[in-house]
Amino acid sequence: MSSTSHYPAAPIAEKIESHTLSVMVDNEPGVLARVIGLFSGRGYNIDSLTVSETEHQKHLSRITIVTRGTPMVIEQIKNQLDRLVPIHRVVDMTLAGPSIQRELAMVKVAGTGEPRVEALRLADAFRARVIDAGTTSFIFEITGASDKIESFINLMLPLGLVEVSRTGIVAIARGAEAM
Amino acid sequence: MSKEMTGAEMVIEALADQGVQHIFGYPGGAVLPIYDAIFQQQMVQHILVRHEQGAVHAAEGYARSTGKVGCVLVTSGPGATNAVTGLTDALCDSIPLVVITGQVPTHLIGNDAFQECDTVGITRPCTKHNYLVKRIEDLPSVLHEAFHIAASGRPGPVVVDIPKDIQFAKGTYSKPTQFQHQGYKPRLKGDPNRIKEAVELMARAKRPLFYTGGGIINSGPRASALLRELVRLTGFPITSTLMGLGAYQASDPQWLGMLGMHGTWEANWAMHDCDAMICIGARFDDRITGRLDAFSPGSTKIHVDIDPSSINKNVKVDIPIIGDCAHVLEDMLQLWRAQKAQPDKKALGEWWKEIDTWRAKKSLGYKKSDTIIKPQYAIQRLYELTKDRDTYITTEVGQHQMWAAQFYGFQEPNRWMTSGGLGTMGYGLPAAIGVQRAHPQSLVVDIAGEASVLMNMQEMSTAVQHRLPIKVFILNNQYMGMVRQWQELLHGGRYAESYTHSLPDFVKLAEAYHAVGIRCDRPGDLDAAIKEMIDIDQPVLFDCVVDQQENCFPMIPSGRAHNEMLLGDSGESVDSAVTEEGKMLV
Repeated sequence: MSSTSHYPAAPIAEKIESHTLSVMVDNEPGVLARVIGLFSGRGYNIDSLTVSETEHQKHLSRITIVTRGTPMVIEQIKNQLDRLVPIHRVVDMTLAGPSIQRELAMVKVAGTGEPRVEALRLADAFRARVIDAGTTSFIFEITGASDKIESFINLMLPLGLVEVSRTGIVAIARGAEAM
Repeated sequence: MSKEMTGAEMVIEALADQGVQHIFGYPGGAVLPIYDAIFQQQMVQHILVRHEQGAVHAAEGYARSTGKVGCVLVTSGPGATNAVTGLTDALCDSIPLVVITGQVPTHLIGNDAFQECDTVGITRPCTKHNYLVKRIEDLPSVLHEAFHIAASGRPGPVVVDIPKDIQFAKGTYSKPTQFQHQGYKPRLKGDPNRIKEAVELMARAKRPLFYTGGGIINSGPRASALLRELVRLTGFPITSTLMGLGAYQASDPQWLGMLGMHGTWEANWAMHDCDAMICIGARFDDRITGRLDAFSPGSTKIHVDIDPSSINKNVKVDIPIIGDCAHVLEDMLQLWRAQKAQPDKKALGEWWKEIDTWRAKKSLGYKKSDTIIKPQYAIQRLYELTKDRDTYITTEVGQHQMWAAQFYGFQEPNRWMTSGGLGTMGYGLPAAIGVQRAHPQSLVVDIAGEASVLMNMQEMSTAVQHRLPIKVFILNNQYMGMVRQWQELLHGGRYAESYTHSLPDFVKLAEAYHAVGIRCDRPGDLDAAIKEMIDIDQPVLFDCVVDQQENCFPMIPSGRAHNEMLLGDSGESVDSAVTEEGKMLV
């Protein structure tokens, strides 16, 4: 490219990283819209987002966001989130030290005969629990890291996978301290 | 001390407690209770505008020229949506505003009621923060919090959306108290270690440069005073963004003029060649940096900003300092003195010699004429004839804005009101109204283009009604000049829709508004006409008929770096300076 424009050219491709952010927010109307609007408005990615009130007396919710970007963009995302008034804290779980990341999936599998038995056997190996059972279907509940859930779903695919519902990632730092 | 009153009365009470004297607005169904409360009191004076966009720009002008929070009151639905351009403008330029919008009664929200819109949804991305007040108990604290958030940290617009039933509801009003918020704690003091690093860098710099912006103005007049002290003490050159003009006096020899796309030759070359950049309250906007990979390649960069998200956004800096400009400048000065720091005098002398060779280019030069008014000449004359007065300048957006920035020598902060980040045509006239309201005895001039000014021309009626003797100085070239300049540059001179046929007769238009119109089309008559304008104690539309073909130089063309800028009389054709890719993104 011989030249670009007065608007600066797109930056030279830097390495894209995936980061997990934990965000404490006031649980008030519209707070999730502020967070999501920030991501869509500024063109950031959301790979996964979970939210729930975690401290009822203080009306605080914890949002866990998995996002991707160059290190400069990740830094921007954190600073931009921090600017939102209802946001108390933003912690980058990917940088803050060792952390545990989990998600939960419910996996519906239908079938009879050998595939059904095989599905049950695999579920056992993956420590997935049966939470609903009929003569022609199961629903498994599985928790774990995303790649484990991914492998389990892939294994269920030929065995009669019907549908999947996943929570997205929640994360917490190891050790005695709160975020 | 708490009192029982209606929500509408609380609004007035809170405004008064926040020191608000003037509010710009336009009534409508969903704010009638508040208007009724306004009618029955003397504490807050209402200025009726002709369009809600005008109200917000007027409040911006008011805020920018006083350092106070500007206030607006509009109705639901179209009232709120008409305010959106002004809100976005204020967000881009960090102007503190509290905008109160009426809303349909709470039981009708979400019902597609008459004049309903999702105000908090629409204004979420164009405000610093916004509120929908659904309980009367929350109203007093939300109003006080709105003022705190608008004015503190990096200032910005805050919307408070109040449903009509909440305006009627009775509740207990409470005075503002110490603001406590878990998540919102702007940081004022800079990290002392970083400030120490910065001062050390400044002391050993050989080619230093101050690059300052609107953050200095927002920080208050003290920041400007401290900046001047530091610049004098160090002997370094200084340049500024469009938003920062006036923080440093333009008449001073250390002043290089504005930088960026239409900045001076010396300011941009100094940016490119400096070895230490001291950026204070500016944000490396794309109009400043030009080509990013060629932006000041050899410099170590200090960046002082109150907003952490401004740091490392476009340009990676070496010494980030998060804090308020005045606080950080004070600490820098103190440390510079305590360490008895001395600039590298010999290197600095060499640097100034180099800067003088750039200055010798006289990049703001233009061909003078005896027969036709050159727009640059018009601004120069306006400056000469108003500089000894108590003058405030606002502008619209376009060529005239850049010429005003280049040729009007700003000596003091808060004297220059312009739409920088958003580039809102139609800003200047209503902004001038706001400035004049805040400074009734001062001379307030909107330097305008004939295209921009028509976008909010209806506000002349506001100026006349409220006896605000603003002067609208129109550089009339019958083109949207900046659009035409880019079309000349990028689209082979095909001037698609940038020429305005059927312009109004501005003199008659002024008279129709019960204001005064003046036309001038000869350089020889200009001084007398400007003096006449100044002496009229009424709003004036001054139709200054200027050279239609004049373009705004110097300029950094698309895809070029600071050291590749073009001069007006340069041999290089502007057309060949822009590449195909450049044309796409201008």
